[in-house]
Amino acid sequence: MIYFSNIKISSILLVIFIALMFAIPNFFSKDQLNSFPSFIPKQQVNLGLDLQGGSHLLLEVDTVEIIKERLENLNSDVRRVLKKNNIQYSNFKNTDDNLKFVVEEFPAEIEKEISELSISNSQNILQMGDQTNLVILREENEVSISFTDEFVKLAVSNAVAQSLEIVRRRIDELGTREPSIQRQGSSRIIIQLPGIDDPDRIKALLGQTAKLTFQLVDTSTNYDPLNPKKAPVGSEILPSDADDSFKYIVKKRVMVGGENLVDAQPGFDPQTNEPIVSFRFDRLGASKFGRVTQQNVGKPFAIILDDTVISAPVIREAILGGSGQISGGFDSDEANDLAILLRAGALPAPLIILEERSVGPDLGADSIEAGQYAAIIGFVAVILFMMFVYRYFGFLADIALIINLFMVLGILSLFQATLTLPGIAGIILTIGMAVDANVLIFERVKEEIRSGSKMINAVENGYKRALSTILDANITTLIAAVILFFMASGPVRGFSITLAIGIFTSVFTAFTFTRLLISIYAKSLKPSLVGMKIND
Amino acid sequence: MIDIANTKIDFLKSRIITFIFSSILVVLSFGAFFVSGLNFGIDFKGGTLIEIETENEIEIAGLRDNLNSLSLGDVQVQEFGSKNNLLIRVEQQSGGDQIQQNVVEIVKTSLNSYLSSEVNFRRTEVVGPKVSGELIQSGAIAILAAVFAMLIYIWFRFEWQFSLGAVVALIHDVILTIGVFSITQLEFNLPIIAAILTIVGYSMNDTVVVYDRVRENLRKHRSKNIIDLLNLSINETLSRTIVTSVTTLLALLSLFIFGGEVIKGFTFAMIWGVVVGTYSSIFVAAPLLNYLDVKREWNTTSAVDSTR
Repeated sequence: MIYFSNIKISSILLVIFIALMFAIPNFFSKDQLNSFPSFIPKQQVNLGLDLQGGSHLLLEVDTVEIIKERLENLNSDVRRVLKKNNIQYSNFKNTDDNLKFVVEEFPAEIEKEISELSISNSQNILQMGDQTNLVILREENEVSISFTDEFVKLAVSNAVAQSLEIVRRRIDELGTREPSIQRQGSSRIIIQLPGIDDPDRIKALLGQTAKLTFQLVDTSTNYDPLNPKKAPVGSEILPSDADDSFKYIVKKRVMVGGENLVDAQPGFDPQTNEPIVSFRFDRLGASKFGRVTQQNVGKPFAIILDDTVISAPVIREAILGGSGQISGGFDSDEANDLAILLRAGALPAPLIILEERSVGPDLGADSIEAGQYAAIIGFVAVILFMMFVYRYFGFLADIALIINLFMVLGILSLFQATLTLPGIAGIILTIGMAVDANVLIFERVKEEIRSGSKMINAVENGYKRALSTILDANITTLIAAVILFFMASGPVRGFSITLAIGIFTSVFTAFTFTRLLISIYAKSLKPSLVGMKIND
Repeated sequence: MIDIANTKIDFLKSRIITFIFSSILVVLSFGAFFVSGLNFGIDFKGGTLIEIETENEIEIAGLRDNLNSLSLGDVQVQEFGSKNNLLIRVEQQSGGDQIQQNVVEIVKTSLNSYLSSEVNFRRTEVVGPKVSGELIQSGAIAILAAVFAMLIYIWFRFEWQFSLGAVVALIHDVILTIGVFSITQLEFNLPIIAAILTIVGYSMNDTVVVYDRVRENLRKHRSKNIIDLLNLSINETLSRTIVTSVTTLLALLSLFIFGGEVIKGFTFAMIWGVVVGTYSSIFVAAPLLNYLDVKREWNTTSAVDSTR
C-alpha cells in the first residue's frame, strides 16, 4: 500500500492539479481573468444572494381564486339551463369550492345537460376529452356542483404555469440582471434577483393581477353614498383610482379586455403634457372597440384595472383605428409600470408573497470579508496546532489541508455550486475537521511504532487499520449533510454543500496525497533511526 | 512530539457521577424548554426583520418607542455588532400572508422620517405564517430523520447495542443544545437547525471512532473485563479525540470571533455541540456499552481481517 505506481502518482497529482486550476480564478478579478490565456478556466464561485446582495421572493398562486372564478362562470351557465327547462330553483349560492341550490325535482336529463356544460366550458384551458369535469351530488332537495379533483389539479397547474410566464415577462421588462424564476412545488414560484436589495417596485408589479377591461358606465342611476351596495341588476359598484370617496356604477358586461392588447407604451399627452399609456388592440379587439365606441358616443366608458376604475372618459367619437390612450392622473413611473403590466398580460390569479429575504450589497461584502478573515485565522491556528502536536507529520497534514481548501474551491467553481455565508462557515468547519482523517492515521501509525513496527510497516498498517474508522466516521457526517441538503433551501443549503464537498476532499487527500508524502518520507529514512525519531 | 496516547485514565470509574450529571443537564434542559421555551426567530415565528446601519449612533430607547407607536404589535430593537447597526424585529401581523408585506413599508417610512441621517437598509426579511409553519415542521423532521438515519447506520455497521448507545448519546447532545438555547434565550432560527444537524454528524463521528476501537478490542481481548476494555478503548482513542476537537474548536472560535454578527448564533451552537459531543462520546456513549450487554463472540475471520 505504501508503494505507488507511477500511474497512481500521476493521477493523484493530476486530480489535484485540475482542482487547483479551477480554484485559481477565484483569486483574481474578472478583468484580470480576461487577460489570461484561454486554457485557464474562467468560472468563479457562484455567490449566493446573501453574499452578493439581492432579493429572494417566494410567491404562491392564489389557487382558491382560480376555482372560485371558474365556479362563477359556471354559475350563470347552470342558471340558464335551469331556466330554459323551467326548473324552479331557490337558494342558489356560490361557495369557495361548489355551487348549491335547492330544487323540487331534478330530472336525469337536466343533470346530463349540466354535466355536458362543463365540456364546452373547459375547452379553452384544457382537453378533458368528452368526459365531464363536474361532480353533481344530490342530497334530498339540495344539489351541489363542484369540479373533479383532476380538473382542479389541472386548472391550478395551468394557472401556475401561466403565472410563471407572466411573472417572467414582467421582470424581464424591468431589465433586471440575471433573474432566476422557478416553479416550486404545485403552486409556488421562487424569484431570485441578484443585485436588487429593495424589491418594492417588483413586489408592486407582481402584486397586481393587471386585469384590464373596458366597460360602459351605467348612467341610469347615480352612486348613492347612503346606499353603498345598491346597484341595478347587471351593474356593479367599483371604486375610483383617483378619488377614494367616489364610486362608479359600471355595467358588468366586459366590452373589450386586456387580452386583446398587442402593445402598450408610456408617453405624454401632447396637449396637457400629462403622462399617459397608449395602447393598440389586435384585429378582434379593434373591431369590438370600434363598434362599442360607435354605438355609445357621448357616454362615459370606464377603463378598469383590477376592479378599480382608472378613468371614465366620455366617448367623443367612434375610435376605429384600434388604438387609444389611458390617462388617469398618474406620474411617469406609474405610466411606465402600467405599460409593462399591460404588455406582459394579466395573471390568471392573484399572487401572494409568502416570504421575502433581501440583503444589501454592503452586508454581503462585509460577510465575505469577515468570512475570509475568519477562515485565514482559523486556518493559521489549525496549522500551527498540527505542527505543534505532530511536528513533521503535522506539516504534511497542513500541506494536505491547503490542497483540501483549493479542492473545495475548485469543485465549487467547477460545478457552479452556490457559495453562501453558511457555506463559508462550512468551509471553515472543514478546516477544523479535515485534519481528522490524518489524525486518525497518524495515531494509528504511532501505535504501530510503539508496538515495535518499523516505520514503513507502521505506515502501511496504520493506513489499513484507520480506513474503516475514517469511512464510518465521515459517512455519519455525510448523512447529516445530505439530510440538510434535502430539507433546507437558500443559504443553509449552501452549508450542506460545502460540508459534503469538504468531507469528500479530506478523505481523498488523506488516502492519496498525504499517503504519498508519508511514503516518500518513510522510504527516505534509515530504518534504524525511525523508531527513535518518531518517539522523541 | 506531544504524546497523550499512553494515558490510562479510568473514565468509567466515575460513570455513575457522569450519568447523574448528564441526567441533571437533560432535566434542566427540559425544564428550561418547558418554562421559557425557545426564542424563535422569524423563520419559525413569522414576522419581519430589518437590519439598518446609520452614520451616527442612534438612541435605541427613543427609536423603540417610536416604532412601538406604529401599532404593529411588539417591535424589538437591538444593537447588532456595533452601535451604528440595529436589528429591528416586528412580530407577525394577524391576517394572513399578504398583510406582512405592509410592515416593511411602514417601518421604512417611519425610520426615514424619525432618523435625521441617512439609513442604510442592510437586510430585510419577511416570513409569512404559511412558510414559518412549514419551516418549523421540516426542521423538526430533518433532526429526527438524521437521528434515525444514524441509528440505522450504526446498527448496520455494528450491532444494536452500539446503535442504541450512540443514539442515546446523540439525543443527549441534541437535548442539551436545545436546552442551552432555552436558557440563554439566544435566537433559534433556521441556521440553528443546520448547526444541530452538524452536531448530530460530529457527535456521531466522535462516537464511531471510540466504538470502532471498542469493537476491535472486543475481538482482540476476548477475556478482558468489559469495563477495562472500554477504558482501554477510550484511552487509546483519546489523543485523536482531543486533537480533532481542538482543531475543530480552533476553526469555530475563529469563525465566532471574526465571522460577523449574522452567523454568531450558528457558530455558538456548533461550538457548544462539539464540546457536548466530545463529552458524550467519552462519558455517555462508551460507558453505556457496559450496560447493554455487547456481544463478546465476534467471529474470528472478521477479527483477523481488521487486525491483520
